[in-house]
Amino acid sequence: MSSASVPEPQPRGNAFLAFLGELVRRKPAGAVFGGVVLIMLFAGLFADQLAPHDVNAVRMTDRLQPPSATYWLGTDQLGRDLFSRLMHGARISVTIGLTATTLSTGLGILIGVPSGFLGGRLDIAVQRFVDAFMAIPGILLLITIMSLVGPGMLQIILIVGTYSGVQASRVIRGAVIGIKENAYLTAAEAIGASRLKILLRHVLPNVVPPVIILFSTTIGYVILAEASLSFLGFGLPPEIPSWGGMLSDEGRRYMERAPSLAFWPGFCLALVVYCLNMFGDTLRDLLDPRLRGASGRMGGRGLSRVAARAPRGTSRKERAG
Amino acid sequence: MYTYLLRRVLLLIPTLLIVSVIVFLSVRLIPGDVIDVMFAQMSVSGRSNLPSREALEAALGLDRPLHVQYLSWLGDIVLRGDFGDPLMAIEPVAVLIRQRIGVTLELGAIAIIVSLLVSVPVGIYSAVRQDSVTDYLARSLAIILVSVPPFWTGTMVMIYPSVWWGWAPPIELNPLVEDPFGHLGHVLLPAVVLGTALAGLSMRMTRTMMLEVLRADYIRTAWSKGLSERLVVIRHAVKNATIPVLTHVAVQLPVVIGGAVIVEEIFQLPGMGRLLVDAVGRRDYPLVSGINVVFAAVVVVVNLITDVTYSWLDPRVRHE
Repeated sequence: MSSASVPEPQPRGNAFLAFLGELVRRKPAGAVFGGVVLIMLFAGLFADQLAPHDVNAVRMTDRLQPPSATYWLGTDQLGRDLFSRLMHGARISVTIGLTATTLSTGLGILIGVPSGFLGGRLDIAVQRFVDAFMAIPGILLLITIMSLVGPGMLQIILIVGTYSGVQASRVIRGAVIGIKENAYLTAAEAIGASRLKILLRHVLPNVVPPVIILFSTTIGYVILAEASLSFLGFGLPPEIPSWGGMLSDEGRRYMERAPSLAFWPGFCLALVVYCLNMFGDTLRDLLDPRLRGASGRMGGRGLSRVAARAPRGTSRKERAG
Repeated sequence: MYTYLLRRVLLLIPTLLIVSVIVFLSVRLIPGDVIDVMFAQMSVSGRSNLPSREALEAALGLDRPLHVQYLSWLGDIVLRGDFGDPLMAIEPVAVLIRQRIGVTLELGAIAIIVSLLVSVPVGIYSAVRQDSVTDYLARSLAIILVSVPPFWTGTMVMIYPSVWWGWAPPIELNPLVEDPFGHLGHVLLPAVVLGTALAGLSMRMTRTMMLEVLRADYIRTAWSKGLSERLVVIRHAVKNATIPVLTHVAVQLPVVIGGAVIVEEIFQLPGMGRLLVDAVGRRDYPLVSGINVVFAAVVVVVNLITDVTYSWLDPRVRHE
């Protein structure tokens, strides 16, 4: 990642542009997946302006229409345009995906870094809590809590974000422990660097690549979690066009007469999560070739194991410092 | 070995205790009072003899201090296997769970078998022919399987055969003893839906482990002895590569259970998942807590068994 090749004043934008260039050059397929994610982001952000019809406009005369020039993918049981609703569904998924993942990653760092870095009794105690959380199947705990706090966007973001943050802390802890095993950390200790300095200068910058990869895969997880909750009826209120909710309500009740009502929301969901996962893989390859082929979304062990072998970070440290 | 086993069992106790605290508190400390929610539910369902708030609290033991409630709840479970009584059913929670857990275990077990039958051979082949077109296709397939939500595949399997050929999956589940083929036939389709959703991760795991093992020295020795590819791969590599895959399956157990909840809901299977969704829908929290604890305990115990088996198969783990 040489940032010298692009002559621009801001060093940060510089590195980003160089990274984008490298992405397109070395991983064209990965760039395409990233592009699809961007299109969805765009469709979601500007759904109000771009959607051909009003999402909630009920036209009982036009109910359950097949696809046509007016209604590109047909209409649902209330005559609402499916295509427009899918675009608004993208907005829901984007919003929840980004906010809950940010919360999840932040919490993961907050729990994972101290637990892995300090180790000892603190680590043992914290990990028992994480074990306990991870033993309760996610969807069970999520629907239990959602049923108490009631359906809603904020509730979903907080609850899904917190739950996946506890899971994320495992991966981050693994990465930190892996970094601790590197020789340069022993060297830093030997020259008398304080623990705080070691944490800030050596550990945190090296946690960045696994955190970026984790972020990209957590988005997919969080989007699927919201969709599953809404599908089971514990997520968003039915009037909000969430992909999971559409698949459940309209999709299943009218599935024999209008199978496309169930097909398209699920298809969008699968497509977006697929592209996110592929893009995450691409990021992994670019950020650290040694991580290639690790076990993906559940790759905590893979990450930590490989990170242990990887004395990474000179170029990164130069940029950060 | 024994010290390892002892340490693992001792670590299990705090984990289970914390699980019980989380499950207990999740219904009691989260904003949105259980009593309020239950009251609303009861008045909606049009019960004539609506008990007073205090009576309901007393009946549920909610008038006692929190720690007393927790200890008596936990004590009953640990000492007598008594999970309390559900609010809106006649049988105790333990009996309801016992009636339903069989279907879920069966569904989960068949799904895991299906996922391994798909993922292990494909993962092995993919690793042996690394970077070939087949490998590329297999890796894409793995990510597709990870990305496609089981509630979509499940719904599609319900819809399209009936739209195209007028065939729908059976709704009534016959008991295994009376009609074994009808029973398995009914469980098989949901299990395949769940199994394919699980197969993606196992496939990636198998491929990664195979690639690692194939680079090991003893594999090079096997090649240099002039053994055929078949022997090297199947006799020497697969054995070592698949043990971590099996551990991975145990780690995945919460995902299996979560998937089972959704698949049972779609295919109307009378298992624990639907019991839970119904219980949550009816705000029957004693039942909800019981189900959550049982599932979490299954996960913890299975993970322990897997770890111990693994350390028995691979002595290096014990000395870490």
